[in-house]
Amino acid sequence: MNSFSYSRPDNVNAAVSEISGQKQAKFIAGGTNLLDLMKENVEHPHHLIDINHLPPGFIDELPEGGLRLGALVTNADTAYHELVKKNYPLLSMAILAGASPQLRNMATNGGNLFQRTRCYYFYDTATPCNKREPGSGCGALTGYNRIHAILGTASSGDTPQCIATHPSDMCVALRALDAVVRVSGPNGERTVPIADFHRLPGDEPQRDNTIEPDELVTAIDLPQEHFNTHYTYLKLRDRASYAFALVSVAVALRLDEGGQIAEARIALGGVAHKPWRNPAAEALLTGKTAGETLFRQVAEQLLDGAQGYGNNTFKIELAKRAIVRALELAYAGSTQADDAYNQEDIL
Amino acid sequence: MSNYIGKPLSRVDGVAKVTGKAKYAAEFDAPDLAYGYVVSSTITKGRITHIDTSEALSLPGVLSVITHENRPKIAWLDMSYKDQDAPPGSPFRPLRDNKISYSGQPIALVVAETFELARYAASLIRVDYREAPHETNLDTNLHRARKPKSGLASLLKPPPPKPRGNFDEVYAASSAKVEGRYSHSPEHHNPMEMFASTVVYEKDDKLTIYDKTQGAQNSQLYVTQAFNMSFSDVRVISPFVGGAFGSGLRPQYQLFLAVMAARELKRSVRVTLTRQQMFTFGHRPATIQNIALGADSTGKINAIYHDAVGETSQFEDYTEIVPTWSPMIYPAENVTLDYKIVPLDVFTPLDMRAPGGVTGVPAIETAIDEMAYELGIDPLELRLINYSDRNMAEDKPFSSKELRECFRQGAERFGWAKRNPQPGSMRDGRNLIGWGMSTGMWDANQMPARAEAVLTVNGKLRVTSATADIGTGTYTIMTQIAADTLGMPIEDVMFKLGDSDMPLAPIEGGSWTAATVGSAVKVVCEELGKKLFKLAQKVPGSPLAKAKWEDVEFADKHIRLKQNPVAAVSLQQAVDQNGGAAVWQKSTSLPAMMKQKNYARAAHSAVFVEVMVDEDLGTIRVTRAVSAIAGGKILNPKTARSQIIGGMVWGISKALEEESVMDHSIGRFMNHSLAEYHVPVNADIHDLDVIFVEEHDEIVNPLGVKGLGEIGIVGMPAAIANAVFHATGKRIRELPITLDKIL
Ligand SMILES: Cc1cc2nc3c(=O)[nH]c(=O)nc-3n(C[C@H](O)[C@H](O)[C@H](O)COP(=O)(O)OP(=O)(O)OC[C@H]3O[C@@H](n4cnc5c(N)ncnc54)[C@H](O)[C@@H]3O)c2cc1C
Ligand code: SF4
Repeated sequence: MNSFSYSRPDNVNAAVSEISGQKQAKFIAGGTNLLDLMKENVEHPHHLIDINHLPPGFIDELPEGGLRLGALVTNADTAYHELVKKNYPLLSMAILAGASPQLRNMATNGGNLFQRTRCYYFYDTATPCNKREPGSGCGALTGYNRIHAILGTASSGDTPQCIATHPSDMCVALRALDAVVRVSGPNGERTVPIADFHRLPGDEPQRDNTIEPDELVTAIDLPQEHFNTHYTYLKLRDRASYAFALVSVAVALRLDEGGQIAEARIALGGVAHKPWRNPAAEALLTGKTAGETLFRQVAEQLLDGAQGYGNNTFKIELAKRAIVRALELAYAGSTQADDAYNQEDIL
Repeated sequence: MSNYIGKPLSRVDGVAKVTGKAKYAAEFDAPDLAYGYVVSSTITKGRITHIDTSEALSLPGVLSVITHENRPKIAWLDMSYKDQDAPPGSPFRPLRDNKISYSGQPIALVVAETFELARYAASLIRVDYREAPHETNLDTNLHRARKPKSGLASLLKPPPPKPRGNFDEVYAASSAKVEGRYSHSPEHHNPMEMFASTVVYEKDDKLTIYDKTQGAQNSQLYVTQAFNMSFSDVRVISPFVGGAFGSGLRPQYQLFLAVMAARELKRSVRVTLTRQQMFTFGHRPATIQNIALGADSTGKINAIYHDAVGETSQFEDYTEIVPTWSPMIYPAENVTLDYKIVPLDVFTPLDMRAPGGVTGVPAIETAIDEMAYELGIDPLELRLINYSDRNMAEDKPFSSKELRECFRQGAERFGWAKRNPQPGSMRDGRNLIGWGMSTGMWDANQMPARAEAVLTVNGKLRVTSATADIGTGTYTIMTQIAADTLGMPIEDVMFKLGDSDMPLAPIEGGSWTAATVGSAVKVVCEELGKKLFKLAQKVPGSPLAKAKWEDVEFADKHIRLKQNPVAAVSLQQAVDQNGGAAVWQKSTSLPAMMKQKNYARAAHSAVFVEVMVDEDLGTIRVTRAVSAIAGGKILNPKTARSQIIGGMVWGISKALEEESVMDHSIGRFMNHSLAEYHVPVNADIHDLDVIFVEEHDEIVNPLGVKGLGEIGIVGMPAAIANAVFHATGKRIRELPITLDKIL
């Protein structure tokens, strides 16, 4: 870790103007990801702008019925917030499936969006990694890639440049809920649909998302659609808690009175460089009732084009089974019963 | 009198630990302390061609960068680097030359005024290498397997016995046969506390070293030899150890580097390793085993073949006892065993909780389960059919073996009788339920040790021995033994350890500390008691004046007649008789070799486990486990239970989660953090039940204890693997059993 200078602006404009002036500066929020990366010598900002002293974030109802989550609200406060629990239980469930209580107490909603991949090679400066050092090669591609991506890895060349995944649980739920991210930059405010926030690696694996280095995320807006009756977040991992997803599935269903699926949203985590959705697969469910064959068909469609790289090839079948299970659970409205892990285990 | 032994006393060091008063190696301070940070090799094999330290050295506050190029002279002979646990070979010497022998090898030490500065400076060191091809994969190098060299280590880890009977013939004729290949990945100890040494530079070039170690005297020996210093100039102190699990049985490289820097700079230096660097030294070796069992139709196992190949480094022949466990548990007449090693470009493996035992036993115990299915006999029944009171590897009777009782009590507590043997027959919703079991076994050894006991002028007892407490409860049980031997209240007794100046004790491993140091504590207190008795007899008007030693007992801070407890002299009165001085005794306890040599000595366990496996997703949970332990006398059921629970948790870890994964293309362990190196979290652990079976043994040692540090883990992995088979019908012989193997 290099030495760095440090400042604590007290308003958004000051934070943004401070960062636009400096190339080697970074925002720091909970620090749960950035500090680790600095200790590992993966990130070396010369200046840290501590945004924890900006006006405190809130969780507010939006006039049109949605909910605004402040970027600086912690993951824990978000997951346990009454309105989130009541209206967006999928989001609570996803957040609580991530990290540990201690980390969730520090981690912020903004920081969670920006958290970087957990690829072993990315973290180990002794190894090649195109994301950390463009052009150095991808250690994971031919090495140990148990936790790596099976979807969306294409580059313009013959082989992928990067097969990292985005590790967040929260973002998978946000993707299913069609959240919108609010960003402040030198040119003012803009909004970014969560679908466009993260990106696929393509030929620029060093870029995780579409946000500019001098932009600050101020809030995440959840549209009014709640999906609070037929939903689930199913996370499969190598231990019952405190492990990143091998595969995770966020499902949100709206059923009509006859029990037919009026709308389905399915987002996958742990399989790609961004939370993964496939509208064609979701459309297969519209107007249908539950059925294992149908669910399997949806799963096949979602995993269409999936590619394994050795250690992670099992994820293709695992993801399919997880999708079927998550759809069953969500459809039945029994989000927790019979789950591979009980909610109490996760907490 | 026994007021404390056998009672569930809380740890005497508990308060100090939870209030932060217990100090660990990196927490000791020294004036003018400098901080070292280790630079690790990024390649696996080859030579350093150039090392540029100029940028690092140019930072104000960086004191020195020590590399192979500028290091001071160190001892020349291999002998000088042999610690008490060194296997045959040529021990690794940090900064010896430009040769790289494994990935992560320390290649430089940066010393600076602060830790942060040293760490940053380390990132500025540029190293050029000439790489050479490496081999790190045991699987693809099996053709290079060879017999290990023998040396001192072979005394404790003898090679497997010669073949008995005729395996080939009898196996061929057996009516039931099973064969399998069993393997597991390397594992790293990963205790909570990282390795650290604080070397305090005293006047006259003396060193006081606070080291993380399982043997202060082992570290002292190593430093004196490697740096050609005298014992009186090197004192090693290690009062508390934040877990070690065997990793502290050998001095780690930070000790060497910190001492080198302190001597070079004539200044106190602390070196701490990072979690990532905790993956750059000894580990449990990857091991591949083959087993074949032949039985007759009644279930009697007549033929056993068991071989094992483990990895070692290119410089030392680390070995374990692996196949020998088969004949130690099962009394077949026709047995062929084999053990080999393959040198690879890795660091020398290192004993890790139940080394060899939790490798060999799970393999044979899985094979036995396979045989039970082959024969259609209940796995518990099959073990009873093949029960033996003799250890056939040594062909000696056990000094005691209450395993049958472990089976009985464990099975009853678990409800084994209700098991439907058909795989996949028991379920709860989408979860398949599996019940599995295993035998566990571990040595009950005793070593020589010394201890010192002092009764102070104000009637307090202080006992010392240079052993270690790595969190197991050594402080507590030694205090109990001392208090009971001299009939004193525990508040008046203090046991101290972890200082090389203290009386000689062996490294703290092999589950022998309770037996070894416990015996020394008992002996020294008895001998101190004799001195006190003599003094008590001299007390004017002493009611004991004419008593014989055999007639008295120690109780309630008094020496008194067994037949007439009112005839008593207080310990205080006895000390007062010593002319104003404390009463002092130093004693040695030696194993009773003549008594022990005709017996095999071991602790045993029976383990029963329930797993739930999601039928579609392959996720596995150990919902219930019962361990019934025959471990001799239980000195303290509370600390004993903690030891066993800890072992059981680790067994779950080994069976389902834990592995150091190497990318063989670069020869480097890749999951080198506790986020990616998985060990169980609370949510993985459910109902764990421990039963201590009554076991009386006068042969193992005077206390009748067998040691509990390792027996808790040994039986777990196979019980879990067997339960997974019972749940799913899938026989997984490669540990850990991760969900992808079930899909
Ligand atoms: C051991 C471990 C296990 C974990 N397990 C999980 C898991 O299972 N699931 C999961 O989802 N997560 C997991 N996490 C990740 C955790 O959720 C993230 O580290 C956390 O959400 C990051 O938030 P933070 O506020 O601490 O971010 P920081 O570390 O402060 O910042 C991270 C990055 O975001 C940038 N940033 C922060 N806030 C803003 C903002 N408002 N605008 C612009 N840029 C910003 C920073 O500049 C930095 O680059 C784990 C983390 C650890 C260490
Ligand atoms: S997968 Fe991406 S992050 Fe990992 S080594 Fe390859 S390029 Fe780097």
